[in-house]
Amino acid sequence: MTPAIELIHIDKRFGAVHANKDVSLSIGQGSIHGIIGENGAGKSTLMSILFGFYAADSGEIKVRGAPVKIKSSSDAIAHGIGMVHQHFMLVDPFTVLENVVLGVEGGALIGPALTKARSELKRLAEEYEMDVDPDAVVGELPVGLQQRVEILKALYKGAEVLILDEPTGVLTPDEADHLFRILGTLRDQGKTVILITHKLREIMAITDHVSVMRRGEVVANFETKDTSVEELAEAMVGRSVLLHVEKGKASPGEVVLDVKNVTWRDRKNIARVDNVSFTVRKGEIVGIAGVSGNGQSELLDCIAGITKPASGEIVFEGKSIGQLGDPRHLRQEGLAHVPEDRQHRGLITAFDASESAILGWQFEDELGKGFRLDRDAVIANCRKEMQDFDVRPADPLLRSGKFSGGNQQKIILAREMSSNPDLLIVGQPTRGVDIGAIEFIHKRLIALRDQGKAILLVSVELDEIRSLSDRIIVMFAGRIMGERDANATERDIGLLMAGVQKDAA
Amino acid sequence: MFDIFLSAETLSSTIRMSVPLIFACLAGLWSERSGIVDIGLEGKMLAAAFTAAAAGAYFQSPWIALLLAIGVSILFSLVHGYASINQRGNQVVSGVAINMLAAGLAVVLGNEWFKEGGRTPPLPPEAQFPIFHMPGFDAIQSVPLVGPYLNIISGHSVLVYLAFVLVPVTAWALAKTRFGLRLRAVGENPHAVDTAGISVAKLRYQAVIIAGILCGFAGTYLSVALQGSFVRDMSAGRGFMALAALIFANWRAWPSMWACLLFGYLQAVGLRMQGFKIGDVEIPVQFINMLPYVMTVVLLAGFIGKSIPPRASGIPYTKDR
Repeated sequence: MTPAIELIHIDKRFGAVHANKDVSLSIGQGSIHGIIGENGAGKSTLMSILFGFYAADSGEIKVRGAPVKIKSSSDAIAHGIGMVHQHFMLVDPFTVLENVVLGVEGGALIGPALTKARSELKRLAEEYEMDVDPDAVVGELPVGLQQRVEILKALYKGAEVLILDEPTGVLTPDEADHLFRILGTLRDQGKTVILITHKLREIMAITDHVSVMRRGEVVANFETKDTSVEELAEAMVGRSVLLHVEKGKASPGEVVLDVKNVTWRDRKNIARVDNVSFTVRKGEIVGIAGVSGNGQSELLDCIAGITKPASGEIVFEGKSIGQLGDPRHLRQEGLAHVPEDRQHRGLITAFDASESAILGWQFEDELGKGFRLDRDAVIANCRKEMQDFDVRPADPLLRSGKFSGGNQQKIILAREMSSNPDLLIVGQPTRGVDIGAIEFIHKRLIALRDQGKAILLVSVELDEIRSLSDRIIVMFAGRIMGERDANATERDIGLLMAGVQKDAA
Repeated sequence: MFDIFLSAETLSSTIRMSVPLIFACLAGLWSERSGIVDIGLEGKMLAAAFTAAAAGAYFQSPWIALLLAIGVSILFSLVHGYASINQRGNQVVSGVAINMLAAGLAVVLGNEWFKEGGRTPPLPPEAQFPIFHMPGFDAIQSVPLVGPYLNIISGHSVLVYLAFVLVPVTAWALAKTRFGLRLRAVGENPHAVDTAGISVAKLRYQAVIIAGILCGFAGTYLSVALQGSFVRDMSAGRGFMALAALIFANWRAWPSMWACLLFGYLQAVGLRMQGFKIGDVEIPVQFINMLPYVMTVVLLAGFIGKSIPPRASGIPYTKDR
């Protein structure tokens, strides 16, 4: 059978960066083809070329055997290629219908197109289990539904080949399963699906074939059924990686953090953190699991001293957080914080790495006396931290935003860990971080625990919670649904995350 | 008091004063809904006003004056478009540059051409726009009390009616046409437009050209219809007032019209309050002229809720994010 898509010797440079090196790829019709690789491996660039967003420097594209020139997204759409981008391409104040017809209005007035789209959406909803209210304003829909609108957009435009770029990053496990069911149906109806991801489990769960990219090249092609997670990981990173961190038994000591009946209300007076109590002891990692947006972020902010709870008390080493004051003083007392949102709170992307590496510590005497900042000391400090944490490139003068996600995270972790804190609170330590760096970060967290420090970990990655934590607390709708030990099954925790309490006791 | 605030003359003058505001406000609306911040409304209006007055004096025809004024205004908006769309420059800086360029150029050229200190010669009646009388309204004029009030909508320059017709046209075009849908989309999320296979740059150029045309009308009305000649800085901040009205109206067409009518009313009242006395103290004319501007500040500062600009406005579009 003719392949749905053939990419032949595609080459693309962005200035000094060689994003795609002579990439050739063939994608079979009616299959789900995974493309896996670390961040910056060139997956998204390759797909953007296929979708006409960038032009390749050289190479050829064939659609169903026929060579085509794809100069813009409209060419790609005309050839039956649709793409669901990682960051949704939706107009938030528009309704679902308006978003769907944008670009295919069919005439100078949009009335007829809206009518046609309404009935077409109804048909697609029935066929693929994709119900969406056509008159809902897109910006008010949950992310899972927004993604569905993106898929509907592509299908409405007649996509035969659907490219999905990291589609599950924003989804709950449940929503991801639903998405995979939809993709399965699409394949069964003869459509071709290209799935870009860095999550090995997804590749194993849903794809038929998989291509592995590394540093702009396709380094391996597999039939999914003939490969394994370990083999894929090794192909991705170029060396064998430990997917599960080795860790010994925890030997918890005295209580470091005591959270007592904490409630936090948002501006609409809704309790986003609702009467939460737990403790963290020396020498253990406590993981907070939960679907994003169930109060974990707000709880972290309360503990880090960024916001104040409406009621309840947080005690750190015998002293109330409220008395200790702002995050700067908390840091000095030994409470370090790696914030969830790396780009906005963890560092300042426009700053040099050396400057980002002292944020929160800029008052320290060794970095300069009085109002003066000792630049040499700042750079030396950063150089040392970069060496400790294997940050690449190890250039203290490079702008923070130029580092990859994993290396940005290492800069932040190095900053927070080097102060030798008694308690480290970490939000999403490996979000958007490639697996080589994940392995490294996990090892460092475990090592910190083994030094007898306390760690509070918040992550939406259930795997991460399960492999690192000694105790797991599950949050749902601002409340603690239950606590489990490290051996709890995924299903058990998944149910708690969905708000189902199996044993009412 | 009644005479100043509610007389038929005040209301009729309100309509005339609000017309340049409405044109300029709609110009801003088209531009900003596409994501291009247009702080150069003032400059384009001034450039058009000067062109129209100069061309009117030379050709003795309001229509040629209008055409040339629109042409010059479009030229200015293309400069703004090139700076902000192709060169991805700062749109506020580009707009301010246009304002300064227009203010300076008008005076220099005016002085060179007409030797009247930057003024243009007054236009004779045949170089003015025709006045439109509502059919049958002359008869109503004589009806006591009601007559004069009904008459405030009759007997204006044709441009006045055009301005008020453009309000529903704009509202309809934005809501119901393909062009309107795409324009609104590009002002909110240009990436969505680009991936839908539509050219972001083309849409935005179309929007700034529309803004240019509308500023051409605004300026022409100001010099040819309202004043009968050009004097330096005659736009007198109307472009900024139109921007204020736009924010006040939350970037929507009908509310824009009401906001412009409100500002026009304040200007009309200001004109009639000259020489106004409280007891024996005459209020200085400067204070009265200040009124609409003070009201603008007060309204913007306190009386409107949250107004949300199009999300992508002011942000140059680049493919990478």
